[in-house]
Amino acid sequence: MSERLDVRKTYKLFIGGAFPRSESGRSYVVNDAKGRFWANAALASRKDARDAVVAARNAQPGWAGRTGYNRGQVLYRVAELLEGRRGQFVAEVSRGEGLSTRKAEAVVDASIDRWVWYAGWTDKVAQVLGNANPVAGPYFNLSTPEPTGVVAVVAPQDSSLLGLVSVAAPVVATGSTVVVLASETAPLPAITLAEVLATSDLPGGVVNMLTGRAAEVAPWLATHADVNAIDLTGVGDADLAGDLEADAAGTLKRVRRPAGAKTADWTDGPGTDRLGWTMEIKTVWHPMGV
Amino acid sequence: MTGPMSFDYAPAPESRSVVDLRSSYGLFIDGKFADPADARSFKTVNPATEEVLAEVGEAGPADVDRAVTAARRAYTKVWGPMPGRERAKYLFRIARIVQERSRELAVAETLDNGKPIRESRDSDLPLVAAWFFYYAGWADKLEHAGLGADPRPLGVAGQVIPWNFPLMMLAWKIAPALACGNTVVLKPAETTPLTALLFADVCRQADLPPGVVNIVTGAGATGQALVEHPDVDKVAFTGSTPVGRQIARAVAGSTKRVTLELGGKAANVVFDDAPLDQAVEGIVNGIFFNQGHVCCAGSRLLVQENVHDEVLERLKRRMATLRVGDPLDKNTDVGAINSAEQLARIRALTDVGDAEGAERWSAPCELPAHGYWFAPTLFTGVSQAHRIAREEIFGPVLSVLTFRTPHEAVAKANNTPYGLSAGVWTEKGSRILWMAERLRAGVVWANTFNQFDPASPFGGYRESGYGREGGRQGLAGYLA
Amino acid sequence: MPTGASATPSRGLAEVAASEASLRRFLAGLPGVDQVGAEARAATLATRSIKTTAKATAIDLAIRMIDLTTLEGTDTEGKVRTLVAKALRPDPLDPGCPSVAAVCVYPDRVGLARQALGAASLHVASVATAFPAGRSSLVVKLRDTADAVEAGADEIDMVIDRGAFLSGRAMAVLDEIVAVKQACGRAHLKVILETGELVTYDNVRRAAWLAMLAGADFVKTSTGKVQPAATMPVTLVMLEAVRDFRAATGRQVGVKAAGGIRSSKDAIRYLVMTGEVAGNDWLDPDWFRFGASSLLNDLLLQRQRMATGHYSGPDYVTLD
Repeated sequence: MSERLDVRKTYKLFIGGAFPRSESGRSYVVNDAKGRFWANAALASRKDARDAVVAARNAQPGWAGRTGYNRGQVLYRVAELLEGRRGQFVAEVSRGEGLSTRKAEAVVDASIDRWVWYAGWTDKVAQVLGNANPVAGPYFNLSTPEPTGVVAVVAPQDSSLLGLVSVAAPVVATGSTVVVLASETAPLPAITLAEVLATSDLPGGVVNMLTGRAAEVAPWLATHADVNAIDLTGVGDADLAGDLEADAAGTLKRVRRPAGAKTADWTDGPGTDRLGWTMEIKTVWHPMGV
Repeated sequence: MTGPMSFDYAPAPESRSVVDLRSSYGLFIDGKFADPADARSFKTVNPATEEVLAEVGEAGPADVDRAVTAARRAYTKVWGPMPGRERAKYLFRIARIVQERSRELAVAETLDNGKPIRESRDSDLPLVAAWFFYYAGWADKLEHAGLGADPRPLGVAGQVIPWNFPLMMLAWKIAPALACGNTVVLKPAETTPLTALLFADVCRQADLPPGVVNIVTGAGATGQALVEHPDVDKVAFTGSTPVGRQIARAVAGSTKRVTLELGGKAANVVFDDAPLDQAVEGIVNGIFFNQGHVCCAGSRLLVQENVHDEVLERLKRRMATLRVGDPLDKNTDVGAINSAEQLARIRALTDVGDAEGAERWSAPCELPAHGYWFAPTLFTGVSQAHRIAREEIFGPVLSVLTFRTPHEAVAKANNTPYGLSAGVWTEKGSRILWMAERLRAGVVWANTFNQFDPASPFGGYRESGYGREGGRQGLAGYLA
Repeated sequence: MPTGASATPSRGLAEVAASEASLRRFLAGLPGVDQVGAEARAATLATRSIKTTAKATAIDLAIRMIDLTTLEGTDTEGKVRTLVAKALRPDPLDPGCPSVAAVCVYPDRVGLARQALGAASLHVASVATAFPAGRSSLVVKLRDTADAVEAGADEIDMVIDRGAFLSGRAMAVLDEIVAVKQACGRAHLKVILETGELVTYDNVRRAAWLAMLAGADFVKTSTGKVQPAATMPVTLVMLEAVRDFRAATGRQVGVKAAGGIRSSKDAIRYLVMTGEVAGNDWLDPDWFRFGASSLLNDLLLQRQRMATGHYSGPDYVTLD
């Protein structure tokens, strides 16, 4: 009896709800934690980044226009599907990050729970970050947070699933859409996550996933005039992070700097820290009279 | 029977004698006035008369360094460790002293800036006092602000402010910074340094510990030295978008926190069911308040096509009653342009408006022979493609555009890289909320315009900057 | 009985009063008034600083605009005679002090006032139409009006039917004004809106237009018997209405602010507002009036202050 040859997966990009190869036709080798060949991932180009921004922009008004309740249900549905693919994620995280099965299980469970955490925030964040303002005059005055728009995220390098979920989920929970540049060395869980997103109720373009080199792609996102904010969490090179921040200044993007020397422990409780940075406080005044 | 009369108002000048200006001012560092290290200075003039008001020290890098050092020392030794309730009392004291000296400060502001005394007296100074009073109360309540259980100050704040609301911008910057436990080095604009220097005396009267507030006067280079000083933890800037961009670049890669309040090109949207008389007031207030030197000015009037003619007729009639002239006259509505440089910019951009085919109309008014003046002006026949509809003029110049449907109004209003403010005029409640939700601006004034309050957050989307000033949200930029 | 359709004298707006429905539609279609914005505008105008020559001009103009008023159950012959004397020569020591515009009395005192005035050109105004409530039949109101006119009143201050207005019967209000206007003959008709009972500025604007459409020569804020009476913002809204009405029809209508204006400072603020909102055409006793009694003495005190350079006192103006 001959051993069955497994059917391998082709890892592609995730843009606008579809799974294209890089328009450049390029790919790069992804090894597992032990250094063995695992797969060829798509090597995203500047044009892939451009396409992803277009998809994210197109999806943004509709996504932000949904009720918080609806966004919460859509994101919870993602968690349901993640749970169903738990084994697959455990295997990929374990292989990619070199974790024991037990540790990988803990990471995947934390990732699913994190998704649930943010799913529950969709219809609450405005209550926590916004408020009525008691101004000294006959005016109704209310401040509410609104999604900033399109957010580019350089995902953490060392935490291919939990780190990714931790930085991307709050962006979409609060109504922005996102272009994620996945961990360069361990991009495969990101693409598997994209498969979950594609089969959930998440509209195409809300999350777009790129795999490739931060040094090549991130500058195009940092300078792109139709990107409102950029998260540099996954940029390990301080010089590159500084350059990207300077690039982002061209259109005054909101910038989230990398944590710096201290490595983030993504298993820590997320808190509310990441909810506000991609939101804009809008204050509306109206006179009160008869 | 006598015929209709003309009711000419006699001059009603506010007295200058309430202000005792010195002929020269040094830098206010560590609680003392001191000359700049290289003894450089510049003149500040009254833009309404071109009269030199005082010589003011120009701070170089060495002076900025001394100021930052003083601020660091005050932060470490005094202000940082001080309990919030004690900081609060200093700020309450400052608020009270500002109220006590408000006429003097208003006159000084009008002399140095050119804005009408009515505005400095009734708008700027009351807001300055209110800002200190509001943030004073926060100083011992920061852990209840929803910004974390143990919010900490950032350290030394380098603050650079513009010339349009000199003392008010100082208050917007200094009050929250101090309430949160930071110390400050502030650079006022080079054309309007005087009220910041008078504020130094307010700090002295309040017995504020030396080094908590330092004032360094100078131009762009001074501001740059402050922003780029390695021991500054926080940069707060209000001014133009190009300079904001430079600052964002300059701090890139550092650990400095930044808030930026930048330019705008706000749309003021008037629907056919608006309360028209109040809308006209709102349009006038939106663009002619403070000579249009307002980052959130309603510089683009978007009027529904079916009421365009009626609104324009009312607007022109109202503009003809604006009293342009001596800023110290209590009946003046529109004062002087702040500087020759700004006047040149306004003239250049309005010339472009002419060249691009828009139709110019200026209120009939006699402009004084000396000083920097520009008559309240509007352009009709403006399209989104015109430069006067896209670029911030920062003067008393309104561009009038039209729309047909609410969707078109929103699309045109948002069609700008800026996003500071917007106005909506309609008596239909649900439409107000629909519009307010879609306008990409940090402040939306519905059936009103240019309202400010320390309890109300203010700040922009997109290229109008980031961070908020005012309200609970205004604390976030000064806490870690 | 005249109907609005046949009687409306307002050029260009004849079709407005063609039916109750068209009238209501027209009034509802007037631009709304935002209370906060209107009050802010009035407050800003109140900050105008009127000094020296401008103040002297304004004080004399304000005196000339006064309808010197007594509307009390206790009004006697003696009271009316002293009122007329004061109206003619407000400051007996200064012949340069102008007379007021008119005396304003109840209908049964009109004859007396006219007699006391003699050949003087002052107007005699009379409240009519069952002032101040207006709660009588139309027959009584018209008789009341005719009485006053016959006795020599050349200005009639009528009250609108606020009950009809607030219950949405605009045509009834209009018809009544038209009828009273007819009863006035050549006398000028001032239509009192009683803004304190209309409550909202939207109502004030609509009522002002209704009165003007019906042929009012003046619109007047208040009877003085209801609080609040005249205020800056309510008068602002009425000034905007007469301004817009003239633009629409070519006919100029006057404004009378009545009740609660007691100081020179207040009066000057109203003049500022009139000039800046309606226009200088209204700065004339033919087009703007103050319904007041105690205001006159404060204007006289200020007048003396300006003439002498020192402050005057209440014993230096007459008590009438």
